Amino acid sequence: MIAVIDYGMGNIFSIRNALEKVGADVRIIAQPEELNDADGVVIPGVGSFGEAMKQLLPFQEKITSAIETGLPFLGICLGMQILFERSQESPESGFGIIEGEVIRLPDNVLAPQMGWNELNIKRDTNIVKGIEDGDFFYFVHSYHCIPKDKKIVVATTEYGTEVVSIIERDNICAVQFHPEKSGGKGLLLLKNFLKSIKC
Amino acid sequence: MLARRIIPCLDCDLGVPGGRVVKGIEFKQIRYAGIPWELAERYYLDGADEIVFLDITASHERRETMLAVIKKTSKNVFVPLTVGGGIRSIEDARAVFNSGADKVAINTAALKNPNLINQIADRYGSQACVVAIDAKRRYESVDGKEIVKTPDGDCWFECSIYGGRGFTGIDAIAWAEEAEERGAGDIMLTSMDRDGTCDGFDIELTKAVSERVKIPVIASGGCGNPEHILEVFQKTRAQAALAASIFHYGKYKIVDVKRYLKEKGIHVRL
Repeated sequence: MIAVIDYGMGNIFSIRNALEKVGADVRIIAQPEELNDADGVVIPGVGSFGEAMKQLLPFQEKITSAIETGLPFLGICLGMQILFERSQESPESGFGIIEGEVIRLPDNVLAPQMGWNELNIKRDTNIVKGIEDGDFFYFVHSYHCIPKDKKIVVATTEYGTEVVSIIERDNICAVQFHPEKSGGKGLLLLKNFLKSIKC
Repeated sequence: MLARRIIPCLDCDLGVPGGRVVKGIEFKQIRYAGIPWELAERYYLDGADEIVFLDITASHERRETMLAVIKKTSKNVFVPLTVGGGIRSIEDARAVFNSGADKVAINTAALKNPNLINQIADRYGSQACVVAIDAKRRYESVDGKEIVKTPDGDCWFECSIYGGRGFTGIDAIAWAEEAEERGAGDIMLTSMDRDGTCDGFDIELTKAVSERVKIPVIASGGCGNPEHILEVFQKTRAQAALAASIFHYGKYKIVDVKRYLKEKGIHVRL
């Protein structure tokens, strides 16, 4: 069972529908205890960093320990950003599971970045199996992640600067775009994530 | 670099069970085109970058039908879904988002209550707020309106409401600027003079608005063939092209249109 955390921000239906489309048994959870029997966890999310951290506070301990024990994790958009230590968007601290920070997109481009943009794949891992350089994914964001350890970067995307669009470290995978809105390639990425789960 | 988007638009008549897709000519004569979620899924599989549903009946009584259509569609369509027609309040918008839509398009309600743009953008983000403008050419000169030169003479563009049945006296170019300032994420710009004619987009209108705002402009109204889409992308800064008739009746497939655009050097997702 894949747990999708509903913390009151953004469209949960899309990610649920997309995961179900690729064969996942999905449960939307709103209580930290419900994570106990999950085989994998997804944090979606659209909205502000500070508000997300406030809403996720009850989950923080549970999620952090689940990730430490090796539970497959997928963060999407804001669900990627909250893994970092801090964000320019809000004073609240992030989970700090990934070293680094989240900063505003440069001034020379329109924020939010909204639309279809290409991946430059830096590292071949299971999450990008079947996905090629130049494939398009759907982005909606005004801030982007700067991981301290560049080795975790799987793909980047050009938008005024080199935006980190996929990171992967052990059982943690996170994407800046919305795979649930990225057509067939997005579904493929979700399918790749499911394959990393033993259930 | 962001790809330019191809967006099929499904005008929905919700007066029958389950709704049906129709297409009018210059906002009038109506022709039947299919079942909303079936057409939406076909377009998604065929490479649409986004799907737009417009409830042309736009009545509160039929709201539940629209929500059911959105729910059913979002189970099989994995690109952004925009819903417009009859959204008058933040509560209407919320119901549409909670059924699985990613963006709402507002027109009449925004002109009557511009603050609705701020409300939706603040609550759901700019990307979720599309301001739709139905613009009509006016050749008689009126003080304070933005005059645009066209091959048919100088004109200004007036915003229409109620699906083309009412007029506001508001200048479409100025309104687009205001919508951007208030937080709109896209301007869906329909030429009332061209809609349903298949004569091509109103290039002068699209150029004027897309050069004035920084947010993406979706060119709409008049698309009759792939060359029209190429023309609007080459001659204006429109980031997206919306079309209905050319896709509905099987004349062109979206993927073929995108291949053609790519051959001509337009950056599209294939």
